[in-house]
Amino acid sequence: MKIKNSNVILILNRKDIKFVTIVYKEETYSMTVNDIKSILEARLISGEEHLEKEVHTACGSDMMSDVLAFNKDQSVLLTGLCNMQAIRTAEMMDIVCIVFVRGKMPDEGMIALARERGIVLLSTGHRMFSACGLLYEKGLRGGATYR
Amino acid sequence: MSDKIVLTYQVSADDFTRAGEASSDVKSKLKKMGVKPEIVRKVAIAMYEGEINMVIHANGGSIDVIISPTEISMILEDKGPGIEDIEKAMQAGYSTAPDNIRSLGFGAGMGLPNMKKYSDEMQIESEIGTGTKVTMKVFL
Repeated sequence: MKIKNSNVILILNRKDIKFVTIVYKEETYSMTVNDIKSILEARLISGEEHLEKEVHTACGSDMMSDVLAFNKDQSVLLTGLCNMQAIRTAEMMDIVCIVFVRGKMPDEGMIALARERGIVLLSTGHRMFSACGLLYEKGLRGGATYR
Repeated sequence: MSDKIVLTYQVSADDFTRAGEASSDVKSKLKKMGVKPEIVRKVAIAMYEGEINMVIHANGGSIDVIISPTEISMILEDKGPGIEDIEKAMQAGYSTAPDNIRSLGFGAGMGLPNMKKYSDEMQIESEIGTGTKVTMKVFL
């Protein structure tokens, strides 16, 4: 797991003060799909070639429109919804990895579509709350509060 | 410039597992055309929500996607029951979807709000008993 520092530099231009530079330091955490797999003691269903991909944020929901309202790069989706639309939603959102909670297992059609779209599929025995909590504890966050 | 590309899709409501195929096709075509990933995602999500709505509420319909050098327009037309109260339907969390839809992962009342969120312009024309036409635009 890595901690990245991203700096935002704000330059104020005023008559009396030529330049003031404020460096705002924000720590963002990222982990790989493989880290998620070990934290959640998950079983890899497909996408072994993408295990080193980085994940920056997470989203947990069984309602796909709630997921679709969340627009973040490099994210992981935790869901109890085990149907084709979970894969489709991930596809539309460029989600890196889907974790099915409560040990749910996708069918062959879902696995085939996920492979085609380069989405990693994992299955964990943990329930939604615990799975989210375990990742949160390791530093993964859900992005900004919904406006 | 007149170099517009028009893609037409028929959305069937027979098989829920196939819902989203049209949006998926548009997404991969835009990607291949070299459209910026953020724009592709906006179009894909907005259209996918619309496509799902057609399947859930309107027994399918048709979608035209028009790609011009300045914008991508999505025109979704159905012969469904129409939207009774568009203002209400636009509220986050308001849903008229049947309960069995919620077990399929939809019906949270976020479809139209999401379509609005991801498109730069959206227009809904709906008549009870006749159908609904949604036009969404994403600027390039």
